[in-house]
Amino acid sequence: MASGVMNVTTAALDWLSAAFDAPLARAVVFGVHIDGHLVVEVLLIAVILFQLSRKSYKPPKKPLTEKEIDNLCEEWVPEPLCPPITKQIEAEAPILESAAGPHTVVDGKEVVNFASANYLGLVGHEKIVDSCIGSLEKYGVGACGPRGFYGTIDVHLDCEKKISNFLGTPDSVLYSYGMSTIFSVIPAFCKKGDIIVADEGVHWGVQNGLYLSRSTVVYFKHNDMASLESTLEKLTRGNKRAEKLRRYIVVESVYQNSGQVAPLDQIVRLKEKYHFRVILDESHSFGVLGKSGRGLAEHYGVPIEKIDIITAGMGNALATDGGFCTGSVRVVDHQRLSSSGYVFSASLPPFLASAAITAVDYLHENPSILETLKNNINILRKGLADVPGLEVTSSSLSPIVFLKLKKSKGSQNSDLQLLEKIVNRVLHEDSVFLVLSKRSALDKCRLPVGIRLFVSAGHSESDILKACESLKRVAALEIA
Amino acid sequence: MVRLPYFSALTTLFSYGLLFAFGQLRDFFRKILDWFKSKDLHGYAPICLGLEDFYTRRLYLRIQDCFNRPIASAPDSWIDVVERYSKDNNKTLHRTSKISKCLNLGSYNYLGFAAADEYCTPQVIESLKKYSPSTCSSRVDGGTTKLHVELEEVVARFVRKPAAIVLGMGYATNSAIIPVLMGKGCLIISDSLNHNSIVNGARGSGAAHLEEVLREQIADGQPRTHRPWKKIIVIVEGIYSMEGELCKLPEIIAVCKKYKAYTYLDEAHSIGAIGKSGRGVCELLGVDTADVDIMMGTFTKSFGSCGGYIAASKEIIQHLRNTCPAHFYATSMSPPAVQQVISAIKVVLGEDGSNRGAQKLSQIRENSNFFRSELSKMGFEVLGDNDSPVMPIMLYNPAKIPAFSRECLRCNVAVVTVAFPATPLLLARARICISASHTREDLIKALEVLSKVGDLVGIKYFPVEPQKDLADETQKKVE
Repeated sequence: MASGVMNVTTAALDWLSAAFDAPLARAVVFGVHIDGHLVVEVLLIAVILFQLSRKSYKPPKKPLTEKEIDNLCEEWVPEPLCPPITKQIEAEAPILESAAGPHTVVDGKEVVNFASANYLGLVGHEKIVDSCIGSLEKYGVGACGPRGFYGTIDVHLDCEKKISNFLGTPDSVLYSYGMSTIFSVIPAFCKKGDIIVADEGVHWGVQNGLYLSRSTVVYFKHNDMASLESTLEKLTRGNKRAEKLRRYIVVESVYQNSGQVAPLDQIVRLKEKYHFRVILDESHSFGVLGKSGRGLAEHYGVPIEKIDIITAGMGNALATDGGFCTGSVRVVDHQRLSSSGYVFSASLPPFLASAAITAVDYLHENPSILETLKNNINILRKGLADVPGLEVTSSSLSPIVFLKLKKSKGSQNSDLQLLEKIVNRVLHEDSVFLVLSKRSALDKCRLPVGIRLFVSAGHSESDILKACESLKRVAALEIA
Repeated sequence: MVRLPYFSALTTLFSYGLLFAFGQLRDFFRKILDWFKSKDLHGYAPICLGLEDFYTRRLYLRIQDCFNRPIASAPDSWIDVVERYSKDNNKTLHRTSKISKCLNLGSYNYLGFAAADEYCTPQVIESLKKYSPSTCSSRVDGGTTKLHVELEEVVARFVRKPAAIVLGMGYATNSAIIPVLMGKGCLIISDSLNHNSIVNGARGSGAAHLEEVLREQIADGQPRTHRPWKKIIVIVEGIYSMEGELCKLPEIIAVCKKYKAYTYLDEAHSIGAIGKSGRGVCELLGVDTADVDIMMGTFTKSFGSCGGYIAASKEIIQHLRNTCPAHFYATSMSPPAVQQVISAIKVVLGEDGSNRGAQKLSQIRENSNFFRSELSKMGFEVLGDNDSPVMPIMLYNPAKIPAFSRECLRCNVAVVTVAFPATPLLLARARICISASHTREDLIKALEVLSKVGDLVGIKYFPVEPQKDLADETQKKVE
């Protein structure tokens, strides 16, 4: 049976090749004998080529019809603009009924105020108020325009000059809002592709600036120089490309979030070793640190020109508002056209610039005020050393005294609730106004929360002792 | 929208091309010269990269005397402009003690509250004495005074919204609030002419186009993942500060309602300046404020102070109070500046016991419409809508920017010229802001000067028609 099939197949094949060969049996083209299998191969190639030349199959793409879009639009349900407020509405901030000096009035009661960063005690100072009144009468309140468009008033220029003369920098530039200073300065100098090494404990303004710059941001451990060095080493070692990029270290001199002071001498050493530039936020050290209040650089005896860009808000020691950035002429001039917070915002109300000028003058003439402040910080730190359940974690230089729970309750929220209870009791029972390190949900800082006390040169010794006594009493009741 | 004439586009491009070529040439020689200097910057990349800085070095510096002009008085209708000189071809400018008294057509002093005011200033000084210039603390800590609370109530009442929150800086109001409301998976549709403080987004100045964009976005969802957007917010400005145009609010609101998008109205320039009682673009165009989800505005312009506000439903404001970083970390608005706004709004509402507010509002409207119509009659290419106190005059060519500005200043009229980066490169313009404090004589003087300078600089792009007609008529009569 099998042989029968075989026979039939061979016969068929023979017949087939004969059929192929028959017309071409003796065909020789250019000396090549053409036989059947060559014809088959050529046909095969032709089929392959034909198939290859065809487009691959795609399901036909039909755009959505108008009706389908209508349906989609109808079905779409947006989320509400804000999440439902489930949290117990947080206690509203106390409302002040008088100036936020060392003593202020809350709910008709006079309280000792540790909530204002009025380090030099200049809130309500006669000289400053007088200069403001003079300015208000001459210039009105607002500047009614950005700096570029007749919003530059002569006091702005005087103030810029005063600050750079005071600090010994070539030039400086004023901003109309303390917080926007740093988040406009960083994106003005750092663009996509640049490298920024920043402390993980920087406050929200810096975080926002880093975000807006779209640079590559690497964080190092809070105020840890070993971590900074290893980060810098990692970023630069063997990385030839890094040399062509702009590289910055962003630090705060006194960290708002922890009261730590950045070791500037080491940072400058590292910066020079690895060729980084330094952006330093001096909001809480300008007018506070150093022998004459010139800030962190003076304190460490570092020449000011080693720090490339310095920014500061003036809503702290100078007891006014707005901010400034200072540095070389090139750094400053670049901002006048490229820094969005400077170019696109109305300029600082002139009376606040006058207040800043007067405040710097006052500090210049009365450097002894810094001694008083230092003394007050020491008294407070000593007084708080034995508060039950709480410990002082800020640097001994810092005018922000930071009190942390010795034992965390487990989560930031429960810590905050406990601390809030303490702060409320201290305010209502003993008339001492303290604040917590409250953070916005957008803040990426994960450092522990705590109670912050802003020390002022205007506090008397009895004010400070009162605060310590009250904290001791309430903490013993609440934590124990 | 501006329609750039073909010829102007060509000459403008040619001018910029020339400036660019010469700038590059100068950069080339500068590089050769710098080659010989010591390289003390070794190991650092330059802080300002070559091309980033090119515009500043080679174009802006040549005409920088037209910008940042310091003044030595309040930004009222007449200002003292401080004269400056330069010894190094405009690279650095030095102040002199000489001043020239100029008519101010540049400040956003719409209602004339810039200078000391008989009602506001005494109250401001009173609050200054009581509260001092600063609280040195943020709003959630110790920076909330009675004045802040009062202002929030007054603003909410003024713009007819249930609640408001006040921040210390107008610019930061936008930049700090938008991220709180809109997170990942949310779409922001923004007008292409919106201010820099609002993120640049889709081009959608017309309601018809907005509808198209909305339909497409809702149907397509997020790019790549095609998940539906979580929420969509449409951001528009009441008056576009560089165009002088009013937004087509009723149409936009209708479209947004239809497609369930939220609306965010930035009234930086319009609040206080337009509308029968100064309540801004909603009042002028007859839009119910309940239909606008979020109303934002600033106090820097009409109210002559600083800071900004957000007005919205009570829940949204409460949410902002719980999360907005500017509320948590920034020094609260200066109390005297807060008082200025409260007093100014009271004047506008007539709660000061006089009708000065109403007078101011009718004055600015009259002034704006008179000035705009006269400018158009003269043949200037003026942008913007009637009633808007902002009127840009197109200049186009880069050489006309300094020429116009300097010539006007020589005739004691201070104008603002705007060029890149505030406008597109080709659409340089002069911008005039009219104030209620301008008298008719002021405006007539300004028109005379502008007309003269306009002829000199050659920016009357349109034919001068109506006056010709008048001349023809008189001729006919004579015949």
